[in-house]
Amino acid sequence: MASFKRHDGRSLTDMRPMTAKVGVVPNADGSAMFAFGNTIAIAAVYGPRLLHPQHMQDPATGILRVNYDLLSFSVADRKKPGPSRRSQEISKMTEWALAPVLDLEAFPNTVIDVQVYIIQADAGTRTAGINAASLALAHAGIPMKNLVCSVAIGKQDTNIIVDLDKEEEDFEDGEGATDFPLAKIANTDQFTLIQLDGKIPPQRVKEVLDIANKSCEEIYEVQKKALKELVE
Amino acid sequence: MMKNDFKNSAENSEDIAIQGEDTTKKRKIVVPGEVIASGEDYLPSDGTRREGKDVIASRFGLAEESGRVIKVISITGAFVPRRNNVVIGRVTNVTFNGWVVDIDAAANGFLPLDESPRFISKNDMAQFLAIGDVISAKIWSINNRGIDLSLNGKGLGKLEGGFIFRVSPNRVPRVIGREGSMINLIKDKTGCNISVGQNGWVWIKGNDIDSQIRARKAIEFVTDKVHVEGLTDKMEAWFTEN
Repeated sequence: MASFKRHDGRSLTDMRPMTAKVGVVPNADGSAMFAFGNTIAIAAVYGPRLLHPQHMQDPATGILRVNYDLLSFSVADRKKPGPSRRSQEISKMTEWALAPVLDLEAFPNTVIDVQVYIIQADAGTRTAGINAASLALAHAGIPMKNLVCSVAIGKQDTNIIVDLDKEEEDFEDGEGATDFPLAKIANTDQFTLIQLDGKIPPQRVKEVLDIANKSCEEIYEVQKKALKELVE
Repeated sequence: MMKNDFKNSAENSEDIAIQGEDTTKKRKIVVPGEVIASGEDYLPSDGTRREGKDVIASRFGLAEESGRVIKVISITGAFVPRRNNVVIGRVTNVTFNGWVVDIDAAANGFLPLDESPRFISKNDMAQFLAIGDVISAKIWSINNRGIDLSLNGKGLGKLEGGFIFRVSPNRVPRVIGREGSMINLIKDKTGCNISVGQNGWVWIKGNDIDSQIRARKAIEFVTDKVHVEGLTDKMEAWFTEN
C-alpha cells in the first residue's frame, strides 16, 4: 500500500492548500472567505437583529440561522438556483456544528443570520463553509467560546485520505469512496459534527478522528492568521 | 514567570500602540478561545472568561490589560447598545404614548411621550416627530421589553435638514477623537454641523453641498484608517490637500 498515490500528488494526510480572508463582504457585520484548493466558500454574518416571524423568537437567548447554498456557477453543470433538499440539510447541519460555541444569551429575541455561499465547488464544500462561517462569526464580534475547524476525512478503497476533492469522492473501484466530514471546537477534543457517507470498519474510526485532530490544528492556524491579519 | 512571557509576547508586531496611551496598558489582537494571560492575579472583564488558571478571550478584538483587569474591545461587528449612549435614529412609528425609533440595533428604540422636552398633546404628536424624522437621543434604559430613549440632555432632539450616513460603530471613538479633538477639527474646517451617534450614524448639515461632501469625505478618511498614530495631525494635512 505504500505505493498508493493520490492523483494530485498529495500524501495521504495532506490537505489542499488553504486560504482564508476576513472582511470580504463590506455590507455585512462580519464576513470571511475560506478555500480548500478549488473549493471556495464565502460567509456573511448579519446581526444580532430582531427576529421575524415573531413566534420563532426566544426570550431566553438569541438564535443562529444559517443558509448554505451553491451558487449556480459554482459547478460544471449549472446548478438551478434556490433552496434544495441538499442545501437545506447542509444549512441545518452547519447551524448545529456552530451553535455549541456561540454564547447568545446576551441577545434575547434576536437572530444571527449566517449566509454561506459556495462560489466554486470541488468537494468539501460543507467543511469549507463551516470554516468560513466560524471566521465570519468571530469577525462580527459575536461572543463565542472558540473557533470551529472542519475537515472531511475520506477513504479511497482501503486508504484513509484527508480532504477529498471531487475526483477522489467519485472513486468507484474496490471498496469505493467514503466521505467523513467532521467539525470540532479548536484546541479541544469536542466534535460538533460527524457525518458518514460510505463504509468504514468501526475499528478504523479512531484512526480517522486522530487524523482529523491533526488536520484541524493546521486549519486553526490558518483561521487565526486570517483574523490577526485584519489589523496589520 | 508566566507574567513575563505575556509581556514579551505583547511587544511583538501584534501590539498596537495607541498614541498617548498609558504605558501600563498592553494591547494585542486576540481570537475567541485564545489564552490572553495565565495566573490567578488577573481579573477577567468584558469579553473574557476564566478557565482554571487562564484568562481566555470570548470574542475577537483587542485585548487590553490595565493593571490586573483584562478586557477585550470589539473592533468589528454590529452596534451593541449600552446605557447612556447617544444614538441617532429615525422615527418608524408613532404610537399612542410615544415614538418607535430605528437605532440600527437588535431592538427598536422607544421614545415615550413623557420624555419629550416640552409638553405635547397626544393629538399632535406627529407634529413634533413624524415618521421619517431623524433624532439624536440618549439611551435611558435597556430592559427585556426594549430600549427606552430620552431627549433630555444637551444637544439631543430632532435633527432638521442635512443628511445621515453610516460608519462602523467601532470607529466612532476615532471619529470623535480624544475629548472631541477630531470631530471639532472637522467641524472647524468645513463649517458644518455634525452629530455622531454611538450606533455609527452620522448627521451632517452645512451651508452648501460642497462643504457637506467634504465633511463626509473627511469622516470616511478617519474610518478607513484603522490603526494609525497621530490621526488628528494626518487629518489636518488632509484638509490642506483637499
